[in-house]
This record gives sequence, structure tokens and C-alpha cells, in this order.
Amino acid sequence: MHVVYPAVVAALLFSIGVYGVLARRNTILVLMSVELMLNAVNLNLVTFDVWLRDQLHGGQVLTLFVIVIAAAEVGIGLAIVLAVFRNRQSIDLDRLRDLFEPPNSSDPDGSQPAATKVTTGVGPE
Amino acid sequence: MIVAAALIVLLPFAAAVAGLLGSRWPGGVSRTEENNLRANRRAAWFAVSAAVAALALTLWLAWQTSGSGGSGDLFWAEFLPGSAEGTLTVIGTGAIPISVGLQVNGLSVLTAILVTVVALAVQVYSVGYLRGDSRFPSYSAFISLFTSAMLLVVFAADLLVLYVGWEIMGLCSYLLIGHWWEDRANSRAAVKAFLVTRLGDVAFLFGIFTLGFAAGSFRIDDIIAANLPTGTLILATMLLLGGVAGKSAQVPLHTWLPDAMAGPTPISALIHAATMVAAGIFIVARLFPLFPQPTLDVLGVLAAIGMLGAALAAFAQDDLKRILAYSTISQLAYMAAALAAGSPNAAIFHLTSHGAFKALLFLCAGAVIHHVGSNLLSHMGGLRRAMPITFWTMTIGFAALMGLPPTSGFFSKDAVVLAIEHSTSPIRLLLYGSALITVGVTGAYAIRAWLRTFFGEEHVQALAEPAPGTAHVFDGREAPRTMVWPISLLAIPALLFGFIGVADMDWPSAAISLLVALLGAGIVYTAWRSAPHADPARLLGPFRAPCEQAFYLDRAYAALIARPILSLARGVVRTDTHVVDGAVRGSARLTIGLSSFAKLAQNGNAQLYVTGLLAGVLLIAVGAVMWG
Amino acid sequence: MTPALWPPTAQEIVFLLLSVVAVGSALLVVTTRQLVHAALWLVACFGALAGCYLVLTAEFVAWVQVLIYVGAVVVLMLFGIMLTRAPIGRTADLDSGNRVVAALVALATAAVLVTVVIDGFRSAYTPLDPGTGSAKSLGGSIFRTWVLPFEALSILLLAALIGAIVISRTDIKGRE
Repeated sequence: MHVVYPAVVAALLFSIGVYGVLARRNTILVLMSVELMLNAVNLNLVTFDVWLRDQLHGGQVLTLFVIVIAAAEVGIGLAIVLAVFRNRQSIDLDRLRDLFEPPNSSDPDGSQPAATKVTTGVGPE
Repeated sequence: MIVAAALIVLLPFAAAVAGLLGSRWPGGVSRTEENNLRANRRAAWFAVSAAVAALALTLWLAWQTSGSGGSGDLFWAEFLPGSAEGTLTVIGTGAIPISVGLQVNGLSVLTAILVTVVALAVQVYSVGYLRGDSRFPSYSAFISLFTSAMLLVVFAADLLVLYVGWEIMGLCSYLLIGHWWEDRANSRAAVKAFLVTRLGDVAFLFGIFTLGFAAGSFRIDDIIAANLPTGTLILATMLLLGGVAGKSAQVPLHTWLPDAMAGPTPISALIHAATMVAAGIFIVARLFPLFPQPTLDVLGVLAAIGMLGAALAAFAQDDLKRILAYSTISQLAYMAAALAAGSPNAAIFHLTSHGAFKALLFLCAGAVIHHVGSNLLSHMGGLRRAMPITFWTMTIGFAALMGLPPTSGFFSKDAVVLAIEHSTSPIRLLLYGSALITVGVTGAYAIRAWLRTFFGEEHVQALAEPAPGTAHVFDGREAPRTMVWPISLLAIPALLFGFIGVADMDWPSAAISLLVALLGAGIVYTAWRSAPHADPARLLGPFRAPCEQAFYLDRAYAALIARPILSLARGVVRTDTHVVDGAVRGSARLTIGLSSFAKLAQNGNAQLYVTGLLAGVLLIAVGAVMWG
Repeated sequence: MTPALWPPTAQEIVFLLLSVVAVGSALLVVTTRQLVHAALWLVACFGALAGCYLVLTAEFVAWVQVLIYVGAVVVLMLFGIMLTRAPIGRTADLDSGNRVVAALVALATAAVLVTVVIDGFRSAYTPLDPGTGSAKSLGGSIFRTWVLPFEALSILLLAALIGAIVISRTDIKGRE
């Protein structure tokens, strides 16, 4: 088995996952895309474990760990999604804009021009 | 000898420090009535004892330098031929060194005697005049500091050391004019005096630099000995003349002096009549060999204008102190005229006698003001019987001012007129004519002030509460003893000092000026006899208003200098607000405007952020692969 | 000795077919207009991947993949879709406005990764020996060498469990 085949497949899967994370609006779909990326990594791990003939099976064991962590992540992620849905009635990513800085909170001049106070100091003497 | 000179300078300085720091210390810091009295008493002791010590040392110095072996055409060199010089240290500056040193010679000893005598008189007088003033300790300390500075000017051997004293005098003048600063007018007068003299002092400093760099030394003797080119001398002395005009209140920088009368009367006597204003004349006399003819001619023209104009202004004033102030300007112009005529001899002679009799006049005026509670002539009258001692001493002062024999003014003024008469200066006729007319006008205004103060009906009304700027109303018949004593003391030199010049008298010329003075006095007397209630100033007719306003010079300065500078300052402020600040604020706005483009990326969409992040990572990866 | 890249061996052909299924269904996951279909395509993708693992002799990993991913994760996803009352059927707005940029970034990522991978592993080859990824050998190495990370992971899993419960329950308030 040439290592190139699974490696290229993993790369393609990862890129698809990237696209899904960046392009999907629904948060659950984004989570699915993250799973795709994780699976691409898993494929790589298994491939290189086989190729390097690791006696400790580090690659495959790590794959198992990743699967476990992915399960945990999905659990937590879905809980968060549910909480967001409960609060906002929506899980559309582009409607969750709390990171946005409202435009009127910044005051461009800082304060009134201080110079007016100076001019009053030099009255007609 | 030089140690004595140093002590003369340093003792009043030590008294100033002690008076400022030690009057209330320890335990008297809180301003209760009792503490004030104790502090005043202690400050008075500091000041008076230092003044006495300085006077004693100066007299000892005079005795040391005296002798008959003197020669030369300067009269002080005749009486006080001795001299000494000492240098404490030489400060290397990289270019021309500054030698911190003192010099004792006849001129400085003579002037120092004047300074210490008047200072002592004023210190003693102030004890009575400012009784109960809560700021008396600082007041007397400033007088001590002033005395020290003036003595430093007198004894300095180096022009820069002299300048230090010169500036401290200006500072003390400012502080003391503004003693009653609660009144806005007083502090304005102080600022005016400070600024006007400062204008002259800048020129003076540059004159010192010109001389010092041309001669390669700041020592006065070196500069006089150096053979400097005439062009440099003219430039330098013209600059020095600026400082002289500022300090000695000569035209065109004289306007501060009448306003400076806002200060306490002893200050007017000490600083603005007898000593500080004489410093300008003293400097010219000290550096007289350096002054070329063109500079002296300029000085002469200024003096000729100043003496007559100030005398006329004095004739029209109603404020006793302002009369004396204008009279001071006029008399200082006499000294300047003597210098312009080429006779520092006559100038210093008149300076000394004038210092004595003008201090006397001011102190007497202070006593009168103290008694009446007002500065104005129209509030006085008939004080002859109420204040006999003041009357007689002030009569001596006025006689000296008019130049009546046998007072000192008669001899010294005659010396000045004589010097002008014998001068070879091209403006001799102008000076002579001006001087003679001024003698007449001086007689007129002196007799006017005398008559209106001491004769006629009494209309003293005690003021309920004295305004700041005037002294307390005193209910006794005569001024307190501490005020009478200095007056009496000063009357002696005012009366007798002139006799040291009796040998050089030119009687016909003296007779002419005496006649002129009596003529002026006589006209005023007849006018007063015919109408004792009216002000003899009405003789001026249509010129009365311009004379009273000192020929509108203050207004002209305000219009020509003060207002343009104020509007320029306002323009600067406006430029600062709108251009400089505008640039700053504009750049801030520009940045904010530009950043709003960058803010477009910050739209809160987390996906966009991640996109940017990944694109960046990708670029880095590509970079690492391609060039790694 | 390394055989040539072309023609592929039988194992490679099977692997390539499975991977075509995996990549294709993954593409459908990120492009489909129906939310539930996306979850189902995910099942297909994970299943094909499990087949790939089998071909690569990692049989234990393949079963775990089927059990956990296909069995648990996708079911969780379906629950999530259901609980958030997502629309069933075709919806036009599953993609955000970021699509074009996302496609660009994804394509660039793919180009960079594929280029680098091909460049790096052009000649790498490994013969496949069956049995190396059996439950026995993997279990041995987990419980001998990797036992400590394994235990740590179990705690992590527990923590995630509790966290998920706390987050999703409404009657547990935060500390005031």
C-alpha cells in the first residue's frame, strides 16, 4: 500500500472539513465538519502507524483517544448549542454577533476641545 | 578692607535670611495678634541691627580710604583716594571667566554711605510706619535683601556680579511695590515696574556681553583699560543706556516710577527715590570712561526731555507721592544731563545730595500721609501746626529740591548747571535751556506742594477704615518717634552735605538759577495768595490735563505696544487652538476614520475571524514550504 | 523494494473505492441543503472510513469507529437537530454569506496539503500484514504503555459528561 493514497485522502477530507466549518451557517453542521477534520487526522494516524510498524501502536492508540475526545467534544458542543438555542431561539452563526463592537461606544474626540478653556484665560486685560 | 566690604554686602543679606526664616520660628507660626507683634519686633531687630552694622562698617571703610593725597578731577578721588580689590574666586566658564570679587574705591564708598544711611533711616522709619502689619517680617527682610543687592552693585568688581545685584534689586522692587497686593492696582503697578525695567535690563545684559566679549574680560577695570574700538563702545553703551533708562526711570522707560508709588512710602523713599533709581546714574559714572560722545548726546537729549516733562507733570499732580515721583524722574534727568555734559563729578554730587533730600521728602510725605490718611493734596492743608517737626524737615527737603541756599540741593544743582554750561557737548544749549526752565518749574511745583500741604485751612477728616495702599490713620499730633528720628537724621545731610562742594561754586551761575527758581516759586505764591483754596496748577491753563496725564505717554504705550502685543498673544492662542491643536485632533480623527475601514472586518462574525486565521496560517505554511 | 504507483494493487483499488465514497459523502455533508441528510451522509462517510481502516489492517480502530462515530456521535447530532427545531426538508439558508471565501481557503488548503503530501511521500510504501491492529495487540499496548493517558481520558470523559449535563439543564443556576 502506497502511503500517498491515504495521505491524500486525509488531506482532501480535512479541506472539506475546513470548507464546512467556514461556510456552514447552522452550528450543528459546523460541528459535523469538525468531526470530518478529526477523521482526516485519524486516517493519517492509522496510516503512519501502519507504515512505521510501531510496536507500541502509538498511532492507533492515539486514534482511539481522538475518537473518545471527539465524542466528549460533541457532547459538550451540543450542550452549548442547546443552551445558545434556548437563549437566542437561533443557532445561526452569523446571527451570534456579541463579539461585535457597537459603533457608538467609541468617542472619537475624547472630550470637548480643551482649547476653549485656554482662550478664556487670556481675556482683555 | 575688602573683608569689610564683603561684610557690608553680606550682613544685610544675612539679616534678610534671618528675617524671612527666623521671625516666626519657633512657635510663632500661627497668625495671632500676639505672635504677629513678636515676629514684627524680632524682624525689626534683625533688620535694624544689620543696617547699623553695615553703616558702621561703611564709615570705617570711608575712614580707611580717606586721605588728602588724592588727585585727579573727580571729587571723590580727592576725599577718598584709597582703593582695594579682592577676588573670592574665578569661575571658569570655558570662554571668559567670571571673577567673583569686590572693589572698594572712592565712588563706591561714597555711594555705599548714601545707601546705608538711607537704608538705616528707612528701616527705623518702617517700624513705626508699618506697625501692626502682619507681613512686616518679610517686608523688612526684603528691604535688607535690597540693601545687600544695592551694595553688591556698588562694590562689584565684575560686570556680571554687578548684574546679579542689579536683578535682585529689580526683584525686591517688585516685591515691595506689591506689598499691599490685596489691592489689584498695587500688584499691577508692581508687574508694570518689573516688566518695564526688565525691558531695559535685557538691553543692559547684552551691553555687558558686548563689552565683555570685546574686552575678553568682565572685570570692570580690565574693560576700562582695554582699548576698545569706538563702534563697539557705541553699541555697548547704547545697550547699557537701555538698562540705565529702565532702572533710573528715564524717558522713554520712566512710566513705571509714578505707578510704583503704590508701594509703602518708605519703599518709595528707599528704592524709588534715593538708591535703586540712582543705580543707573551710578553705573554710567562708574563706566564713564567707556562712554563715547554719541551715547552721551543721546543720554543728554533724553535727559533734556525727561527733566522738563517730568517737572511739568509733577506740577499738575494732586497725589503728593506722585509729585515726588515725577520730581525724582526730573532730578535723575538732571544727573543724566550732568553725565551727558561730561561731568560724572556733578552727577554723583547731585545723586548723593538728591538721595538725602528726596529720601527725606518721601519720609516726610509718609508721615503726612500717615497723619491724614490720604495721598491727595486736596485732603491736606494747614498741617504746619499739627506736625511741627515734619513741617520743618520737609521745608528743608523742599528747599533742597528747589535749590535754595544753604541746602545741599543748592550746591549740587549749581554744580550740574555749571557742568552743562562748561560742557563742549553739541547739545549744550538744549541742555542748558531745559535745565534752567526745569529749575523754574521745580521751584513752582515744590512751593505748590509745600503750600498746599502745610498752609491754608485744615481739612483733615479721619477715614474710618484705611484702604489698602494707604497707611493707618494716626490720631496723635505728630508722627511716632521711630518715624521722627529718621526724618531728623536725614535732614542733617540734606541741609549740610552741599558744603563739601562749596569750593567749586560759581556764584554768578548759581545766582541765575536761584533767581529762576525764585521766579517760579514767586509766581505760584502770588497765585496761591490771591486764591488760597484753588490749586495753583490752574496756571498751566489748557496744558493742565496733558501734564496731569504725563502727556498721555501711558495711553500711547498701551495703544502702541500693549494692545498689539495682547492681540498678538490672542492670535497665538488662536493659532494654538485651531492650527496646532487642530492638527492633533485632526490626526486623531483621521486615524479614527481610517480605522473604521479596518473595523469593517470586526463585524462579530466568528466564522469570518476563523477564515482570516486559517488564511493566515496557510500563507505562513506556503511561505515556510517555499522558502523554508 | 517499492512497487510502482500505477497500476495499483487489489488492496489499493479497494481502498481507493472506499475513499472515493468517503470523500464524496463528505462533500455532500458540507453541501447538502437538508440538515438531516447531512447527518446521514456523515454516517456514510464514517462507514467508508471504517472500511479504509479495515483495509489498512487496523481492525479494532475500524470497529470503534463504527461503534462510536456511526453509533453514538451521529445519533447525538440527530438529537441536536431535533432539539433545536431545525427545519426538516430543503432549506436555502444553510450556507452563510462566507461561502466563496470559505471555498477559496479550503481549496488553497487542499492544494497546499496535497502538494506537500505528494511531494513528501511519493516513494513511501508499506506491505500490509494482517493482524497487527487486532484487539489483542492494541489492548496490550493500551494497558501496558498507554495506561496513564487512558485513565486521564476517562476522567476527561467524566468531566465532559458532567459539563454537558450542567450546561444543558436549566434548573442549575450559576453561582451568584
